[in-house]
Amino acid sequence: MDILQIVGIGLLTAILILVIREQKPMFAFLLATFFGIAVFLALIGKIGGVVSMIEELADRSGIQSVYLKTMLKIIGIAYIAEFGAQIVRDAGLDSIASKIEFAGKMLILVMAVPIISIIIETVLGLLPAGGGA
Amino acid sequence: MNIDVSTIFQIAGIGIIVAMIHTVLKQMNKEDMAHWVTVIGFVVVLFMVVRLLNDLFQEIKTIFLFQ
Repeated sequence: MDILQIVGIGLLTAILILVIREQKPMFAFLLATFFGIAVFLALIGKIGGVVSMIEELADRSGIQSVYLKTMLKIIGIAYIAEFGAQIVRDAGLDSIASKIEFAGKMLILVMAVPIISIIIETVLGLLPAGGGA
Repeated sequence: MNIDVSTIFQIAGIGIIVAMIHTVLKQMNKEDMAHWVTVIGFVVVLFMVVRLLNDLFQEIKTIFLFQ
């Protein structure tokens, strides 16, 4: 059972952090970061399986690969931004964490611009030509 | 799906031992040595964390098509 493993190691790490934080807060922060990275790294294999399934599904349904690539990149940006913001927030720097989240949102918006423009072009194509009457 | 618990214990152990050495050196009135010990321990642990972070970023790059 993977979840039991993760919960057990999480409890263990929390106790170790509480012990070390009294003496050296820097080491406590690095320990929390290490645990976050380790959990992420342990779960990313499963995420990879889901992603490959989505790719296969998109191949079969004949969606253009540009859409799928953009979507995967957006998911990746969201994961990384959330992860970094949480770690920085753990260190007590809320302002920097919110800047990281802001940067993630902006980059996602930039990635989505081509898709938005394609949607607008499609809608304009559906409208009757001329536009007079 | 295998988290290396030994590295977590290693980091916690380094932290506790560095705190102990810091206290001992402070008792011996060697403040500057104590600070150097803290800095060196911090750098060692930072290397471990950064190496794992590099692994994580490589994995994310390969899975989410960031080439």
